[in-house]
Amino acid sequence: MSVINDPVQATCPAPHAEHERVLLGHGSGGQLSARLLHDVIVPGLGAAAADLSLDDAAVLDLEPFIAPADGSAGGGAGSEDLRSGSVVVTTDSFVVDPLEFPGGDIGALAVHGTVNDLAMRGAQPLALTVALIVEEGFALADLRRLVASVGRAAARAGVPVVAGDTKVVGRGCADKLFITTTGFGRRAPRARCSATAIRPGDAILLSGPIGLHGVTVLATREDLGFDADPQLRSDTRPLHRLVQAMLDAGGADVHALRDPTRGGLASALNELAEASGVGILVEEDAIPVPPVVAAACDLLGLDPLHVANEGCAVAFVHPASADAVLAAIRSCPEGAEAVRIGTAVADNAGRVALHTLVGAYRIVDMLVGEQLPRIC
Amino acid sequence: MKYLDEYRDPALARTLLAQLRATATRPWRIMEVCGGQTHTLVRQGIDELLPAGIRMIHGPGCPVCVTPLEIIDKALAIASRPEVIFASFGDMLRVPGSRTSLAQLRAAGADVRVVYSPMDAVSLARADPDRQVVFFAVGFETTAPANAGAVLVAERLGVTNFSILVSHVLVPPALTAILEAEHCEVQAFLAAGHVCAVMGWTEYEPLAAKYQVPIVVTGFEPLDLLEGILMTVRQLEEGRAQVENQYARAVRRTGNGAAQDAIRRVFRVTDRTWRGVGPIPASGLRLAETYARFDADERFGTGDVHAVEEPRCIAGRILTGQSLPTDCSAYGTDCTPRNPLGAPMVSGEGTCAAFYCAGRRAARPVPVTDLTSVLNRR
Amino acid sequence: MCLGIPGRITQIRESDPFPIALVDYGGVRKDACLAYIPDAVIGEYVIVHVGFAIARVDEAEALRTLDVLRAMGDQVTQELGEPLR
Repeated sequence: MSVINDPVQATCPAPHAEHERVLLGHGSGGQLSARLLHDVIVPGLGAAAADLSLDDAAVLDLEPFIAPADGSAGGGAGSEDLRSGSVVVTTDSFVVDPLEFPGGDIGALAVHGTVNDLAMRGAQPLALTVALIVEEGFALADLRRLVASVGRAAARAGVPVVAGDTKVVGRGCADKLFITTTGFGRRAPRARCSATAIRPGDAILLSGPIGLHGVTVLATREDLGFDADPQLRSDTRPLHRLVQAMLDAGGADVHALRDPTRGGLASALNELAEASGVGILVEEDAIPVPPVVAAACDLLGLDPLHVANEGCAVAFVHPASADAVLAAIRSCPEGAEAVRIGTAVADNAGRVALHTLVGAYRIVDMLVGEQLPRIC
Repeated sequence: MKYLDEYRDPALARTLLAQLRATATRPWRIMEVCGGQTHTLVRQGIDELLPAGIRMIHGPGCPVCVTPLEIIDKALAIASRPEVIFASFGDMLRVPGSRTSLAQLRAAGADVRVVYSPMDAVSLARADPDRQVVFFAVGFETTAPANAGAVLVAERLGVTNFSILVSHVLVPPALTAILEAEHCEVQAFLAAGHVCAVMGWTEYEPLAAKYQVPIVVTGFEPLDLLEGILMTVRQLEEGRAQVENQYARAVRRTGNGAAQDAIRRVFRVTDRTWRGVGPIPASGLRLAETYARFDADERFGTGDVHAVEEPRCIAGRILTGQSLPTDCSAYGTDCTPRNPLGAPMVSGEGTCAAFYCAGRRAARPVPVTDLTSVLNRR
Repeated sequence: MCLGIPGRITQIRESDPFPIALVDYGGVRKDACLAYIPDAVIGEYVIVHVGFAIARVDEAEALRTLDVLRAMGDQVTQELGEPLR
């Protein structure tokens, strides 16, 4: 049957012009918006998004996560009773420049960053929303690719995108693409991770090497004129499975979790020390810094402790469970290089001390001032 | 990284410290005149690990810190001009002038760019022939060949929209000034390794002989500093006063001839006032007459600038080692890297910045005690 | 500003007026001007400061320094009868 005789199936015989650009009309809510949604956004976001009724809001069904009243084994991934758990919500914006870099892109960052924020409170991520602000003139092919990246990351993480929004602003009113997310999760009673739970004596575990994301983004920005080995890749990845493995091994002994992003490991540790009121002592030679990160930092005069990460987590664990939790982290692919880097102590409350390579102690401060703009 | 990691080895560091403890029988005061060395000493806590009695005095090793306020203000005036792209190293950006800083000018719309090399500034000029590119040429002798090289390249390629604002300082005259000062407490010097990689160490031999002070050319990694201090203490204990070279893997006695030739071709020695220290004769560099057309000061004629120092800043006493940052009433309170009152707090090589970023506050942090049992559990 | 770090020359290209080397610093690569080490060859290590190579690394001296330090460590061990912590 000829295409012309079946108007419902009619497609334009001319090839898609992939040099097409986002127009202001794409954000107007009319036919162009609908086309953008159907042709680019929804296909990119993946299977979960395809089930969208495309209403203005999504309804989250929590039933599968709640155990039946009669005590028999419940459905869903967690067999423990989640009825008395809490709903956890987070929001985040992503303005990374450049949009794409070895190991990831703004789309993957958006999914992983949001999932990790939920995971660091001990929550199992349930759903994400994704809002896009697109600059007029942005290439549709690039938008398609980045939205598909969101979809892929969400699918791999097992967390559906259930609602979204797209706005277009005039040329020059936003730099290419910004993404804002909201994430929802459900947290069991055992997972009361919080800085206030940290106690002196807690072991400090780090799930992987530091500095990869920040240095990769820097290396990709052309104005710095350096390039690096292929092994220099952003470490962006979801950590919720790793967190569940930790909680399965250590339960309430996992006192606090944090994923050090902007400001690096030093800033994250300082925030936790201040919030908890304990001191932190870390061993300089225990902190895993990949050689290529160390080289870039030496070259640029950066401190790896202050460089952004996107795929590692630091955990404060009661000493009785430290070995078991470390083994659990290492059993996950995303935590294969986990190590213990230090201990919470009673001394120096609220500060972070570093036992240096030569055997002295010095205080490690948060990052002062702007080091790397638009790193995530 | 090869030729770096080996010089950070903790076990060898402990060896050197043990040797130092075995060698020093009396108190000694040693000055280092290099911001990079100051930072390693403070960041690694080496100065706090030295045997009691060995005191490191942090000298004026930060070229940003000793750049006269007038020159900073000139830089700010030039950077404010709409036709100018002002290029400089990163740590100049937040150095406070009399009224503002490059970072604040940039936030207000001035075209200020951070570059890694003066060659990047030449590239900017070639890419944008309708604008004037000015590079802030600050540094010791280490950086002079690079700045000379940029001028030579600009000359060779016929780049006319490029100029430099020069604030170069030389180390040996500063050592002389320190040694000549009343109440000089310094008994020996560590000489800056990369300054000597360029210039060699022949200029230090007459100083060692005349003032009877050991001078040891030293590198920047923890083991370099510890070995340099050990060599210095040995000389002091034995009553010797010679120039020795710890940084043998990078420094030869006559230095780098080609680099020195370029410096001599493009620059001339001149008198210079060091901020916080005062005028030191023949202690700076200016452009030679044949290269005067590359002088931003002449090209932009900023004229006389009335510079106003922040009264609470004791940079001069810090730079000459008479005071420590922790002695300053503004340190850590009104003066922090985010809101610096003076250059030593904001420069990447400044002593106050080194102290602050290593967390040293006026009140000494409570020493971490009884940790061996905790540390042994891994 | 003393930031000078050692790297290995992996490529050299002619350029006007000075040759440019591509220097590898443990996996990160950046150009450096060879104006002041004009006879540098591929495979050599140089110290680079703000984009210019200012000194060659003398490998023999580098090893000698480490050998001296390690010998010192052995000597201290013998004197104390136990390795340093």
